[in-house]
Amino acid sequence: MIHLDGLTKRYKKADRNAVDGISFDVRAGEFFALLGPNGAGKTTMISILTTTLSPTSGTASIDGHDIVREASAVRRIVGIIFQRPSLDMNLTAEENVRFHAILYGLYPYAPTYGLMPAAYREQVQGLASLLGIAAELQKPMRTFSGGMRRKLEIVRSLMHRPKVLFLDEPTAGLDVPSRRTLWEYLTAIRRESGTTVFLTTHYLEEAEEADTICIIDQGKVVSFGTPDRIKSDLVQEYVLVDAEDRGRLREELARLELRSDGGGPFRVHVDSRHTHAALKAIDTPLTIVRTHMPSLEDAYLEIVGKVSE
Amino acid sequence: MSEVAAVLTLAHRDLIKLLRDRARIVSDFAFPLIFIGILGTSLQSGFGSTTGINLLHFVFTGVLAQTIWQSTALGVISLLMDREQDFSQEIFVSPISRYSIIFGKILGESLVAFPQFIAILAFGLILGVPFTLEKIVALIPAALIIAVYGGAFGVLVLSRLENQRQANQIFPFVMLPQFFLAGIFNPIQNLPWFLDILSKIAPMRYAVDLMRDVYYAGGPSVPIFDLPTNLAIIGVEFLVFIVVGTAGFVRAERNR
Repeated sequence: MIHLDGLTKRYKKADRNAVDGISFDVRAGEFFALLGPNGAGKTTMISILTTTLSPTSGTASIDGHDIVREASAVRRIVGIIFQRPSLDMNLTAEENVRFHAILYGLYPYAPTYGLMPAAYREQVQGLASLLGIAAELQKPMRTFSGGMRRKLEIVRSLMHRPKVLFLDEPTAGLDVPSRRTLWEYLTAIRRESGTTVFLTTHYLEEAEEADTICIIDQGKVVSFGTPDRIKSDLVQEYVLVDAEDRGRLREELARLELRSDGGGPFRVHVDSRHTHAALKAIDTPLTIVRTHMPSLEDAYLEIVGKVSE
Repeated sequence: MSEVAAVLTLAHRDLIKLLRDRARIVSDFAFPLIFIGILGTSLQSGFGSTTGINLLHFVFTGVLAQTIWQSTALGVISLLMDREQDFSQEIFVSPISRYSIIFGKILGESLVAFPQFIAILAFGLILGVPFTLEKIVALIPAALIIAVYGGAFGVLVLSRLENQRQANQIFPFVMLPQFFLAGIFNPIQNLPWFLDILSKIAPMRYAVDLMRDVYYAGGPSVPIFDLPTNLAIIGVEFLVFIVVGTAGFVRAERNR
């Protein structure tokens, strides 16, 4: 569904590439999460894929349409929820949705809600009730909370039934309950419509449900695969040990063929299943025993921290 | 067909924005009324008898053209503000042509300028600026041409700017000199050669002169160029502004 080949973007006056030769594929119907710290190049990538920014080099296509040569065709089949809300605060909620629907050529122009075709009114009501904002549709945007604005943006982005829905940090600035309900709705919508979802986030827990995770930093892919694979790639388990007699401990670790590094404390690389046996085998009196079993979040922070250094 | 609907939608949005923004309505109407009511009236009572033309009428026609022209020009430049408030993201990822976006914006801002046109006209009548019905009818197409011309100038300026802050900074240099170079309040027939050149470059001048062509038709020879000359200059400049401006704007949007 989405295909990237050596995609590169360097902003004017920048001394490094914001997106640096990225290639990958996203299958139809997949939930794809692009993960990375601030400034990693996530928004740049979404801007390029949604045709509002030209790549410096490399190519990309969505559903077979080249994002540069067939920009108009691409725009027709993608929906976007921007990082910063893109609603017009001077309009009512429904007017925001109506203008979107007309801009996408879904319905002819009509100056008021009442004059819009019945099909439009049904579609808006349907989506709005799914997201629980049907009662507020005719109210001015200014009266909406952050969470409601996000929901309205989702309603709007789904009006033209996009094949790919891009979500650029959709939960930034939302409180925990709003964030949770938003995800429940998105999951439901994905299940019903089979829409491909392309999410960027820096919250790891939001990516854990994804089919594929791609971690980028400084414009480069750091890790790519299923959440399980990313986990096994990234997560390093070890036991930290130390003794007063470090020389004896070092010799003993070598004799037991336990892989370790550090000059004391020592990091002994064993997975959690073999920790007990390894510790039992060590005779040297230990002053420190600490197991290191990071979560995916820790591992992510570690890898991103390492790249940044 | 959907492009037409898109243009109408964008124009509709501008009109709604005007109607819901009370502060803007007040400021949009207040300035022309201050110019005409205070400046026009005082100039006429002070110098009117020495110049041989009625300075209230002179200032009135100038401000009428200037208000419309500037209203659409600044309105189009407000696309920059949209970009900062991120509404234009929504417009720019939609599958409509970039030209429709520009035309929708110009049409919308022309609609926004129209109530101002009516209000200034009404104010002129109150102050005793003489009108016939035919004259009012003839001023409507002139106002429309001026509005669209101002919009094209707005597109050109817009294509050279990156944000609203820049727009606010260059505004005094782009708009204010034109107030005087276009001859809204002051005669520009006998300018020193360097000001004459600048005056001929100032697009607002042709908008003001066109308005006076229509208002003074069959009366005193206040306008500098005749109607066909002004129309021809406006036509050519409109095309140049819109083509160069739109191309520049679209390029700037994508090649950041």
